[in-house]
Amino acid sequence: MTVQAEAVTADLFRLERVALAVRENVLAIGAGPIGTHVGGSLSATDILVALYFDVLRVRPDEPRWDDRDHFILSKGHASAALYATLAERGFISRDELVTYGRATGRLMAHPTLSVPGVEFATGALGHGLSLGVGLALAAQRALRPNRVFVVLGDGELQEGSVWEAAMSAAHLGVGNLTAIVDRNRLQINGSTEDRMALEPLTDKWRAFGWDVSTVDGHDFAELVPALRDAPGGGRPSVIIADTVKGRGVRHLEHRKQGHFAKLSPEAYERALAALRAVA
Amino acid sequence: MTSTLSAATSDREAYRATLLELARADQRIWCLDSDTGGLEKVFESELPGQYVDLGIAEANLMSVGAALASTGLLPFVNTMAAFASARALEQVKIDIAYHALPVRIVATHSGFSAAHLGPTHHAQQDLAIMRSLPNMTVMTPADAGETVRMVRAAAYLPGPVYIRIGRNAVENVYDEDADFTVGRAVELRSGDDVTIVAAGSYPVVFALEAAERLAAQGIEATVLNMHTIKPLDMPALIKAAGTTRGIVTVEDHSLLGGLGGAIAEAISVHRPTRVLRVGVADAFCARPGTHREQLVAGGVSPEHVIAAARAIVTR
Repeated sequence: MTVQAEAVTADLFRLERVALAVRENVLAIGAGPIGTHVGGSLSATDILVALYFDVLRVRPDEPRWDDRDHFILSKGHASAALYATLAERGFISRDELVTYGRATGRLMAHPTLSVPGVEFATGALGHGLSLGVGLALAAQRALRPNRVFVVLGDGELQEGSVWEAAMSAAHLGVGNLTAIVDRNRLQINGSTEDRMALEPLTDKWRAFGWDVSTVDGHDFAELVPALRDAPGGGRPSVIIADTVKGRGVRHLEHRKQGHFAKLSPEAYERALAALRAVA
Repeated sequence: MTSTLSAATSDREAYRATLLELARADQRIWCLDSDTGGLEKVFESELPGQYVDLGIAEANLMSVGAALASTGLLPFVNTMAAFASARALEQVKIDIAYHALPVRIVATHSGFSAAHLGPTHHAQQDLAIMRSLPNMTVMTPADAGETVRMVRAAAYLPGPVYIRIGRNAVENVYDEDADFTVGRAVELRSGDDVTIVAAGSYPVVFALEAAERLAAQGIEATVLNMHTIKPLDMPALIKAAGTTRGIVTVEDHSLLGGLGGAIAEAISVHRPTRVLRVGVADAFCARPGTHREQLVAGGVSPEHVIAAARAIVTR
């Protein structure tokens, strides 16, 4: 192995380790008093880890730093993955994660502004991309360096407002905007293609004027370069990240039942063991 | 500025001129358009860097406005009241109001001012909707001159603002420049028998006309222009409840939940007195007509105000 290849491998290993810690905490939150959206949190975990540990220019001790990159989790129901990632990155403490959903804490089941690192309260689907367009436009017109990354659910693309935002982003030429679609192919009622088909999805985005790429959303060797290279030029970029709902916990993978779960102590232990077995 | 406005100036024209004047002086003030017709001529042609046309897509319009405001800008968002308050409501509620961002929503064609365009373009529910949103300031001017003062005041208020204006020119209420304070009603006339509280262009005109005719009948009315629906001017209302025999409210809005609803809610707690509401009946407008004709048909006219005031005084 060359020195450079060794460095890349070491870096991927570092990301894998962080992702495991995030997934463990997603399960711990799922075992808490209110449960959580386990399936969509596990499918989005690697995207969030790649962003926060290799792509986003952010300062955990100065969340509102003027030159930061903006991140919006438009699929706000994956809050457990976001909070766990923010904790690993140092925006909040890991100890705080146990307060998820508790009246004495600030970790609501959908992200709120009171959490450092959260820029917009999300969870009502179909808002995040529009917010990203506004942030990107403000930076573009002010000639500021901020880039904007928005993670969308694939089911979320059924909201009409997403396509209002997509149209405007291309029209305004906000090349500093990157959307990432967590393409886990499941929504509450079943397969996206059975319930309200999204395909041909890359054609749709291309037709709206976006640069489109498709990656394995669980392979950092594909995710990281795609995220790093996406922003720039005169067009917004979308990365369709092929993912697996429930990723990492074999018996939860590809299962719509894993969309939301309140894990019993036994179910939690079983899920944790399954996660560590493949890690 | 105000003195140069003729009686034929509409709130819309006054608003556009004022927005441009504010934006020339402050680059943080942006104009967000949604194909409303006119702002591209008045604003974009002079300040293209502070103008964005987001097309016919009001949900996106509101969210983009929120995001711009989060970066320190002061966006004025433009659409019709019907679309601001209903089609794009979730974006207004969550992205703007929940985040307490300084977006100024200027909604035209309020009440029945879209007139012959019909119920698809009427906005008889927007005050009820907007005042129920936490953090939102809700205002409506009585004439073009007050529009100028209101827009200037709104530009630098903390948090979100909803300004409801009409479509057409309505006669001026104020002869010259007057004081304007957000949340403080303007007493246009003083009387001891009954208080008429009105908001918006035709309602204030109707209130003043009714007061003149009541005076001829020996009934003296105080007339308050309650240009700010939220926060309500409670000291003025408590004073009215204490010094006159009751309150008549007048608005170009549904009887449910608007100015009259807000005043009835508040006064029942702080200083109970009789409140009779003159507003639009709970029904969609069935026929074309002018703004004034539709108001009269809906139950809002000087005659309705006079009847309500007499009912309070002769009770």
